[in-house]
Amino acid sequence: MSSTRSIPDRLRSPIERNLKSWESLLLLVAVGIFIANSFASPYFLNAWNLSDATFNFTEKAMIAFAMALLIISGEIDLSVAAIIALASTAMGAAVQVGVGTPGLIFIGIAVGLLCGAFNGVLVTGLGLPSIVVTIGTMSLFRGLSFIILGDQAYRGYPPDFAFFGQGYVWWVISFELTLFAIIAVIYAVLLHMTNFGRAVYAIGNNSTGALFSGIRVGRIKFILFLLTGLMSGVAAICLTSRLGSTRPSIAFGWELEIVTMVVLGGVSILGGSGSIPGVVIAAFVMGLVTFGLGLLNVPGIVMSIVIGALLISVIALPRLWSMWRSA
Amino acid sequence: MKQILASRELLLLTAIGLLLMLIAWRFPGFVVPSNLVVVFNDTSPLILLAIGQMIVILTRCIDLSIAANLALTGMVVSLVNIAVPSLPIIVIVLIAIGSGTVLGMLNGILVWKLAIPPIVVTLGTLTIFRGIIFLLTEGKWVNSHEMSDAFKAVPRTDIFGLPVLSWIAIAAVILFSVIMTRTTLGRAFYAAGGNPHAATYAGINVGRTQFWAFTISGAIAGLTGYLWVSRFAVAYVDVAGGFELTVVAACVIGGVSIMGGIGTVQGALLGALFLGIIANALPVVNISPFWQMAISGGAIIIAVVLNAQANRTPGRIILKRAEHAT
Repeated sequence: MSSTRSIPDRLRSPIERNLKSWESLLLLVAVGIFIANSFASPYFLNAWNLSDATFNFTEKAMIAFAMALLIISGEIDLSVAAIIALASTAMGAAVQVGVGTPGLIFIGIAVGLLCGAFNGVLVTGLGLPSIVVTIGTMSLFRGLSFIILGDQAYRGYPPDFAFFGQGYVWWVISFELTLFAIIAVIYAVLLHMTNFGRAVYAIGNNSTGALFSGIRVGRIKFILFLLTGLMSGVAAICLTSRLGSTRPSIAFGWELEIVTMVVLGGVSILGGSGSIPGVVIAAFVMGLVTFGLGLLNVPGIVMSIVIGALLISVIALPRLWSMWRSA
Repeated sequence: MKQILASRELLLLTAIGLLLMLIAWRFPGFVVPSNLVVVFNDTSPLILLAIGQMIVILTRCIDLSIAANLALTGMVVSLVNIAVPSLPIIVIVLIAIGSGTVLGMLNGILVWKLAIPPIVVTLGTLTIFRGIIFLLTEGKWVNSHEMSDAFKAVPRTDIFGLPVLSWIAIAAVILFSVIMTRTTLGRAFYAAGGNPHAATYAGINVGRTQFWAFTISGAIAGLTGYLWVSRFAVAYVDVAGGFELTVVAACVIGGVSIMGGIGTVQGALLGALFLGIIANALPVVNISPFWQMAISGGAIIIAVVLNAQANRTPGRIILKRAEHAT
C-alpha cells in the first residue's frame, strides 16, 4: 500500500525468517485445531479415526500439489474435478467389458494425461487464458461423463481394485496416505530442488523475463498441465476404488476445494510464490477441520463456511496487520 | 470481412440465427413467437446475472459468489415473506436488492481495501453464503404453499404478452447499456480493466471502481434471487448451484474478455441467449438433456478461441513469434 519501502541493513536471520513464515503460522493453526479437536470430542484421539480422517484430503491433496505448481506459474486448472469424473467414467466403462485392474489403472492415468494435454494445448499452443479454457473443459469433460452415464452408475469393479482406495500398507497407514506422502516428496523435490522448479517460479514472477532468459515457457506450462491431468487421473483411481462406483457427479465441486487448499497453503493466486510444505500443512488443516467438526455432528455445509472464512481470513489478517502497523 | 469478424455481437447473432434455423428445420414449433417468449423468459435470470458478471469481469475481477448471493437473498426474502405475509411486494423487492447489494459490497470491500485477489474472495464468500442459508434454515426447504400468492405472482404477471421477469431483463439490458456507454462510471469500468495504470493516472480509483462493479453485480444477483425463488416457488440451500460458471460462460461466449476491458451488455445478452436456446432446444430436438453440459463446454472453448483470434493486436504478434521461435 505505502510507496516508501525501508531497506534493511542486513537480512533477517534464517531462524527468524522460518519462524515468521506462512508455513509456521499455518502449522500453528493446524496444531491449534488438533488440540481443540482432542478436547472437543473423546473420539478424536484414536488412531483408526485419525486414519479415516486422512481420506478427507488425500485425493484432493494429490491434485493440489500439481495445482500448486500450476498456480505458481501463473495459470490455473478448474477442470480437475471434471477430469476425475471422465477418468472414472472411462474406467467404469472398461469394467463393463471385463478389463482387469492393471488395465483400469492404465485407462485412468491415460484419460488424465489426455485431458491435461488438451488443456495444455489450448492454453500454451493457442495462447488462451487458462481460467476460461478450463471452465470450458470442466463443462466439456464432465458433460462427456453425463452423456455416457446419464443418470446411471457403473459398478462391479474387480475386488483387487479396491486396494487403492481401501487398502492399508501397514497398521493404520492407508495406501492413499502413503501415496500422498510419496507424491508430496516428489513434488517438493521437483519444485524446490530442480531447475524445472526454478523455472516455474521464474515464469510465475515474470513470464516475459523468463522467456528471454532462455526458459521454454510454453513447454513448461504444457508439462504442468500434463502433471495436473496425471494427478487427477491418479486421484480418480483412488476415489473410484474407495467408492466402488462411478456416477457423473463424482468429485463435484472439488476444483474449488483444491484451489482453496493451495491458496491456504500460502501459494499466491497471482503466481510466483508458494511452497509444497505449505500445501501439505494446508491439506492437514482442511482435513482436521472437516473431521473434527464431523465428529461434533456439524453438517458438511457449515464446515464449508469455516473453510471459506479460513480462506479469506488467512489472507486478510496479515494484510490488516501490516495496515494497522503502518498506520 | 475482417470488420464483420471483429464485431463479436454480429458473429454471435449470426450463430444464434443459424442455430434457430437448424432447430426450425426439424422442429418448426420451436421458433413460433409464443415459444420464443418462453425461451426468453427462461433465460432472463441468466441475462440479468450475465450483465452483472460482465461488469465485474470488465474490471479484471470475477464474481464466483453470484449464484450463492442469489440463493441467500432468495432465501432471505422467502423467510421474510413467511414471517410477514402481508408485506407489500415492493418492499420485498427492495429487501432483495438491498440484501444482494450488501453481499456484493462485502466482496467489493475485500477486493478494494484489502487487495485480496477477487477469485479468492468470491470463492470464500461463495461457500460462506451457501453455509449461511443452511444456518438460517437448518437445511429445510421453503415450499410453494408457505409463500404468499402475491409473492409468487410477480414474475409471472403478464404485461403486453411478456411476463414481468422478461420485462425486468429487458429493462436491465437497456439501463446498463446506457450506464456502460453514456456515464462516467461506465467509462471507468472499461478504463479500470483495460489499463489500470493509465486509469489511475487519469484520476480513476481502480479499487473503488471494482467495488462498484461488485456492488452492481450483487444488487442484480439479489433482485434475481427474489425472481428465481418466486418463479420456481421454492427456496433451498442449493438453489442455482454451480450457476456461477454458466454465467461466466455466457459472458465469455458473448465476447467479454476475461483479461478485462472488453465486453458489451449486448454481448452478454447474446451469450446468455445462446446458452438459453441450447438448453431449451435439447429436449425439443430429442437429445438427452445430459448433452447440455458438454455442448456449453464446447461452446465456451470455441468462443474463447474466436475471441483470441479477434483480439490479437499487431503488437502482440511480435512477442508471439519470439515465443514460437524458441
